[in-house]
Amino acid sequence: MLNIEIDGKAVEVDHGTTIIDAADKLGIAIPRFCYHKKLSVAANCRMCLVQVEKFAKPLPACATPVADGMKIFTRSKAAVEAQKSVMEFLLINHPLDCPICDQGGECDLQDIAVAYGAPASRYAEEKRVVLNKNIGPLVSTDMTRCIQCTRCVRFLKEVGGMMELGMVGRGEHAEITAYVDKSVDSELSGNIIDLCPVGALTSKPFRYKARTWELTRRPSIAPHDGLGSQIEVHIKDGKVLRVLPREKESINECWLSDRDRFSYEGLNSPDRLTVPMIKHHGEWHETDWKTALEFAAGQLKDITNADGGEQLGVLVSPNSTMEEAYLAKQIAHGLGSSNIDYRLRQTDFRLDGKRMGTPWMGCNIPDLQEMDRILVIGSNLRNEHPLLANRIRKAVAQGAELSLVNPMDDDQLMAVKHKAICTPNDMVNVLAQILKAMSGLQRLSLCLPKSLNDLLETVRVWDNSQAMAESLAGLGKEVDLVSPRTGIFLGNIAQSHPRFTELYSLAEAIASLCGATFGILSPAANSTGAHLVGVLPGEHGLNAKAMLESPRKAYLLVNVEPELDCHHAAQARQAIAEAECVIALTAYKSEALEHADVLLPIAPFTETSGTYMSMEGRVQSFTAVTKPLGECRPGWKILRVLGNTLGLSGFDFDSSEQVKNAIFGGQKPSTVVWNSLNNNLRELIDIQVKIKSNVLQRLGEVPQFQSDAIVRRSPPLQKTRAVQAPVAAMHSQLLTELGLDDGEMVTVKQGVASVLLKAKRDDRLPHGVVRVPTALPVTSLLGDLMGEIEVTRA
Amino acid sequence: MAAFDTPVQHRSDKETLVCLRTLGQPDPASLQAYLNVGGYKQLQRLVQDKVKATDVITQVKLSGLRGRGGAGFPTGLKWSFMPRYYDGTKYLVCNTDEGEPGTFKDRDIIRYNPHQLIEGMAIAAYTLGARVGYNYIHGEIWQDYEIFERALDEARAAGFIGENLFGTTFSFDLFAVHGYGAYICGEETALIESIEGKKGQPRFKPPFPASYGVFGKPTNVNNTESYTSIPWILEHGGDAFQALGVPNSGGTKLFSVSGHVERPGNYEVRMGMPFTELLDIAGGVWKGRQLKAVIPGGPSTAVMPAAAIMGATMDYDGLSKAGSSLGAGSMIVMDETTCMVKTLKRLSYFFYEESCGQCTPCREGTGWLYRVVKRIVEGEGRMGDLDLLTDVSSNISGRTICALGDAAATPVLSFIKHFRPEFEYYIQHGKSMVTGKAE
Repeated sequence: MLNIEIDGKAVEVDHGTTIIDAADKLGIAIPRFCYHKKLSVAANCRMCLVQVEKFAKPLPACATPVADGMKIFTRSKAAVEAQKSVMEFLLINHPLDCPICDQGGECDLQDIAVAYGAPASRYAEEKRVVLNKNIGPLVSTDMTRCIQCTRCVRFLKEVGGMMELGMVGRGEHAEITAYVDKSVDSELSGNIIDLCPVGALTSKPFRYKARTWELTRRPSIAPHDGLGSQIEVHIKDGKVLRVLPREKESINECWLSDRDRFSYEGLNSPDRLTVPMIKHHGEWHETDWKTALEFAAGQLKDITNADGGEQLGVLVSPNSTMEEAYLAKQIAHGLGSSNIDYRLRQTDFRLDGKRMGTPWMGCNIPDLQEMDRILVIGSNLRNEHPLLANRIRKAVAQGAELSLVNPMDDDQLMAVKHKAICTPNDMVNVLAQILKAMSGLQRLSLCLPKSLNDLLETVRVWDNSQAMAESLAGLGKEVDLVSPRTGIFLGNIAQSHPRFTELYSLAEAIASLCGATFGILSPAANSTGAHLVGVLPGEHGLNAKAMLESPRKAYLLVNVEPELDCHHAAQARQAIAEAECVIALTAYKSEALEHADVLLPIAPFTETSGTYMSMEGRVQSFTAVTKPLGECRPGWKILRVLGNTLGLSGFDFDSSEQVKNAIFGGQKPSTVVWNSLNNNLRELIDIQVKIKSNVLQRLGEVPQFQSDAIVRRSPPLQKTRAVQAPVAAMHSQLLTELGLDDGEMVTVKQGVASVLLKAKRDDRLPHGVVRVPTALPVTSLLGDLMGEIEVTRA
Repeated sequence: MAAFDTPVQHRSDKETLVCLRTLGQPDPASLQAYLNVGGYKQLQRLVQDKVKATDVITQVKLSGLRGRGGAGFPTGLKWSFMPRYYDGTKYLVCNTDEGEPGTFKDRDIIRYNPHQLIEGMAIAAYTLGARVGYNYIHGEIWQDYEIFERALDEARAAGFIGENLFGTTFSFDLFAVHGYGAYICGEETALIESIEGKKGQPRFKPPFPASYGVFGKPTNVNNTESYTSIPWILEHGGDAFQALGVPNSGGTKLFSVSGHVERPGNYEVRMGMPFTELLDIAGGVWKGRQLKAVIPGGPSTAVMPAAAIMGATMDYDGLSKAGSSLGAGSMIVMDETTCMVKTLKRLSYFFYEESCGQCTPCREGTGWLYRVVKRIVEGEGRMGDLDLLTDVSSNISGRTICALGDAAATPVLSFIKHFRPEFEYYIQHGKSMVTGKAE
């Protein structure tokens, strides 16, 4: 420890602490622009110059490590003179356009200028003008305002993983720019808006909408992935105008993914359903809540009374709150149905009943960046969990070895030590090889159960799999790690995999052999929560897949757009179309719901209170940040009244908190959660390792900005480069074998359904896989997202 | 490829040739020319006799050799900063990126005596345990870059650089790297960034290159003239080199004399030579005019009025006492026809144009300085401008990442200090008080 003194206050700090960190610790404010605790130190703005005893020149507090006995003066004459002179330099070329600048009122330069700026400028020469750059639909640029602090450059390079912005030119001509004709396409790009200390980078969708002091700020939770990022929603006149991160080091640090930041624009979509609607003789009629709910209840009762509860299927989106999920389950059970599920995109349910608890990520989010060895199976990380990818990127930057087993080789913008890019079937094979290789490593004293051992007998281990096993076991570095912190994770693709059971069982066995953390990266905001609540088929109940395969007469849909959210779009479309009765709680009008009978306008997350449980088991409740639009009502209220109207018991709730209490049985949520989170298998299931398959398989990934109903309707996100017309992508060798040319139109067929798409050469895919995204209107005519697929010349 | 067989300039018997000692031979840049003066013998001796690194450093320390790039840091001391035991590659870098107006001495070293530089670097590599070296050559002297490349080929073929030299385990690879003409790349950490393929921008120090240099590895960076002095020092001993000069300024120094002299050019003379003698060697002020001012070490050193420099000696302490500094020895001589206001505009433009733009005071301040001086030259000056210029310069000085900010402030401060009446006249009358044409 070092003893230093800042402005006369003594403080003890660690070796390597910089002056600015020590001052922050003491609550002494040193002005700064380029310094950011999450980024490398640039020391280029010079605003944080302070006086240090025995040094003739002022030193930058951000870049100067303290030494024992150092006496630092942040407000001495010399320090303030230096700071004021830097402020003067910063302002000479900065435009005086605060009145029309979106940053006005929340601008570091403005704030610090109040304290350190002069009332009038001594600069009477020409000012610099810098041309603006178009870097995409999310971030607006006013480059003349830029003070070249390079926070944006450093963020994209160090956190985003790719240097998408840089400073070109020298001296006064230095300017921040993207590569020629390129936009900034990082899935974390919006953070540069927060980082920019001036109005050079501002939010394009928010541009000129409001002044910061006109906005009401309310805390909430981001609803688009399983991370549970904490957000602050900014509202004016009852309308959400922007979303910013709340700083939460253990979840989202101070960042936010673009999906969580810009999805709010979808809340104001013209698609919003604002009144209850009933279909009479094929015609939609607007109606009031009482009529709608009575009608819905009557229909549900008629069918369940006549044909039994098993004719009702309940599909709940994993983005619904725990309260909504719970009440939907109560209704299903009350009507005698055990057909309820939230795992809309899962295709393999053989594990049901075999797990010991609620599947979760197996560790806490910050643990990821401390790991030494990481194996990710079936995940397009940046696409599925942008901020989790950032944690892994940090681990890799610190020397962790990352291995991937994936059916595509998308660039994760981090160093991958080992990768197996193979067909979905071969993914199982590779895991079996890793398991076999690992059981052969002498250092591991644990043995595999005989059934698994027998199974692995015929497996031949490839070099690559051997290398992965050795990496995971902590071998392969010059000095072996005694106990590497290892993590094995299954991503969204693995969870939609037709042989999820095999992937899961093998991965779990690998994890137990090498003592690794084993986890599931939950795809949606409340996947883990919905499981905990028990939105799962009962003993003879049907799961999400079976409910569509054997169509039900009645469906209750909570926040679901069936043809976009389910694993088999064509089947979902047909089941809904042919059902006698479909009651949909939905925030949006949508094409598939044309076939419904009752549409009940449900409030999206900003307009309801509720609870999400993240992939790490964190239970986070939030309140409505704005009033429901039109006649929209919070989901829990709708379901409660529906329960009452149906005459069911157990629906006497006056608030979402009461529903939450019922879920947790009056116990502390954390107690319930920690008792229930468990990824272990109760027993080994019969799994098959070797399956020879010569059929073409579809890789039906969910594009990042199609993951749920709100995101799909956010115009700025839909304008990004990440959103492209869907294509049928395949390896060049496969193209040749099929006699197709890159770019030609092809017929893509699954079962009876077919669509016309452009063929695209993509050598990041293994042979035997055709990548056709799901959750898009065009491809919503197709079938199973990882099923068999045919491609022929159109 | 054109070699410069004959020096294009006048030579004087008052010179003492250490760095340019192959001059006078046919094709002085050739390996043969260097071998003729005893070249590569010192390297061979050190390597074959396994002379201890500490002994080499002792000689360098004794020699009083100070960094010839301008900062004047004792070379022996700098060498002792390199970590002796390091598990990995250490690097050696030579800074031949002289880019300041009036600076052209390193150019003549690689043009006329490249092998001595190569030997000097190889000796440094042997001493410091560096495996790889780079000579970073200014981008605007392409012909000289090619001469150096030829010399590297010769040295490689002759077994003076490369693998297992002189049958020992000592290996040293040396490469030439050329810049693209940015002045800032002469700053050692910007130069390192440029070698790494990045934009040339100084790094914040510490860490210094000795612990975090090229590719993040320990790196020793010296000026061309410094390395080139090394073989002579080891041949004749550190004391002999020191004895060539004066206390605190050992050895010889190459002065690039330019401006209003009869015979501009590079002159290698003993440290401590009186200014008047050096002026004589260069033929004196041209056309018999009166001396007005001298910038003794390059534009980043303070200008000196004739009266101040006439009694000065050309060494670190001598010039420091007289109110300026030796810098890189780029002596710019100005006669009575020189307009100091216009000269300052020229110099300010240089620093304005060459600021890298990384840190605020220099990026914003150099443009401010230039614009105000330009306005004065255009007849739009205001009386307050001189105080403003002084103030802005002081605000840049000492507050930047690298020394370019100080370099930009120095001419402004010294020109106004010594020639204030001339500036005032210009502001009042909207024209120069000097009637001559020279700037």
